[in-house]
Amino acid sequence: MSNVAKRQTSGLDKVLRVALYVCLLAMATVYLAPFIVMLLTSLKDVEEIRSGTLLSLPGSIDFSAWSKAWSGACTGSQCEGMAPYFMNSFKIVIPAVAISTLLGAINGYVISHWKFRGSDFFFAALLVGCFIPFQVILLPMARTLGWLGIANTTTGLVLVHVVYGVAFTTLFFRNFYQSIPGELIKAARLDGAGFFTIFYRIILPVSTPIIVVTVIWQFTQIWNDFLFGVAFSGFDTQPVTVALNNLVNTSFGGKEYNVDMAAAIIAALPTLLVYVLAGKYFVRGLTAGAVKG
Amino acid sequence: MNKNAANAGSGATQAGRPARLSLADWIPKIVMAPTVVAAVVCIYGYMIWTAVLSFTNSRMLPSYKFVGLEQYERLFMNDRWIVALTNLGVFGGLFILICLFLGVMLAIFLDQKIRAEGAIRTIYLYPMAISFIVTGTAWKWLLNPTNGIEKMMIELGFEDFRFNWLSDPDMVVYCLVIAAVWQASGFVMALFLAGLRGVDGEMIKAAQLDGAGIITTYRRIILPSLKPVFFSALVILSHIAIKSFDLVAALTNGGPGYSSDLPANFMYAHAFTRSQIGLGAASAMVMLGCVLAILIPYLYSELRGERHE
Repeated sequence: MSNVAKRQTSGLDKVLRVALYVCLLAMATVYLAPFIVMLLTSLKDVEEIRSGTLLSLPGSIDFSAWSKAWSGACTGSQCEGMAPYFMNSFKIVIPAVAISTLLGAINGYVISHWKFRGSDFFFAALLVGCFIPFQVILLPMARTLGWLGIANTTTGLVLVHVVYGVAFTTLFFRNFYQSIPGELIKAARLDGAGFFTIFYRIILPVSTPIIVVTVIWQFTQIWNDFLFGVAFSGFDTQPVTVALNNLVNTSFGGKEYNVDMAAAIIAALPTLLVYVLAGKYFVRGLTAGAVKG
Repeated sequence: MNKNAANAGSGATQAGRPARLSLADWIPKIVMAPTVVAAVVCIYGYMIWTAVLSFTNSRMLPSYKFVGLEQYERLFMNDRWIVALTNLGVFGGLFILICLFLGVMLAIFLDQKIRAEGAIRTIYLYPMAISFIVTGTAWKWLLNPTNGIEKMMIELGFEDFRFNWLSDPDMVVYCLVIAAVWQASGFVMALFLAGLRGVDGEMIKAAQLDGAGIITTYRRIILPSLKPVFFSALVILSHIAIKSFDLVAALTNGGPGYSSDLPANFMYAHAFTRSQIGLGAASAMVMLGCVLAILIPYLYSELRGERHE
């Protein structure tokens, strides 16, 4: 591909290259601007917000909006800030990610190396789970959670996220395990190794990259979920996205945009952090989840 | 290739113990069982259940008194649903077109041996890592008619600058487009950039030896070879558009009035807050129909392609 760019540099080419960089940087500014505005707004006080504009700098760095967003702002009827809901999200995300990743690994292992009659058909049928609009399962799921006695609980939300996350995790692991040569598994079986021994000794040691991709994908998906959170959580089990939406749409008296923005950044921080630290794996998950589907 | 090897392996064990099935042969089936049960019940079972509900007169609680297609008739007589569907058409169409255009353009630009490419790519893609609720909250503030972009432009000297789309029922749907494009266009860029990196270098060299300029090379050789990426992106973007729910909830809450509702929001409002379960179920089925209409042709062509390989 680089061949296209590799041409002799004339004067015109130089001008074009400068224009190219200007264009790319301008676009980068457009993508960054909303986050910068959020950050600036969160550091201003209400008076500065009213008198200034989006991009005016705060007179002094003021973190009071942040502490209010974290522990004092009202989300609906309660005024405990985002902190309890931030924790709720972790209580949902950690078990849901762990279980769905483990199930996905085992399923992918079976589908790619222990095929049985119908396993390919089942895989195709499972893929549909990646694509259905979840509106189509909301009502029956709400009834089921009620019957199981876990409506409005963290357990219920974990269950829902596991059930609808497994389709993706299975897809990820299956595509990865397809590239492990079947001869390897066959040789191990002739040596008398069983299903779990092979999984533990041969498959798991080479699985680190796909585990990272899957964990990051699931973490981002479940942390950012709003639909299941708003449909299936109770007042004290709401995930952070639902709390943020309540906080922004609750208005007693004046609107405090600085608190809204601080709360929004708090809600975005864990996934942003993951993205900055492990962007490569995040992108791989996005494209794998997308293209292979 | 792998498939054959795996099959040969299981054949060998079965040949060794032809008569009785040992526990070991059942292990793969047993470990898959929870997922199979969950998928059959929670995907297919629930789909059928929702379909059944859409043919009943359920309101606050599910009832199983069948009324035929009455809920669908009510649905398409309902002004709010028509607004939601129209919005989906406008929002989805613009969202997909602009994302594709920006994505292809940025990918091509970034593919010119750009210095600091990694950093720029990271900036284009970061919105994809955050929740639509955060995106909605941020853009609600940016597009705020009194304090947002409008005020900034007026202070910059454009006295007559007006930008109040968020409170204008005719324009509010474009606010959804702006925020959604900001969030998802970087993703399309990443897809196309990965595609560009996979294009055969020899083909490009050959074209340039034939005297093709850079623009012709892209238009005639490179972009046509990215057709599969293009279709993937199209399917994913339309899928995002049909499922969009959080963005509306955070950015406009469907307002002013219900002028910015999308089908997902209609469904949620009727099924969960307005005690119209039958109507909500019918709207969910229509959404499923939209997704399948896009997905089935795509999967069909994908699977056919795989078989040819």
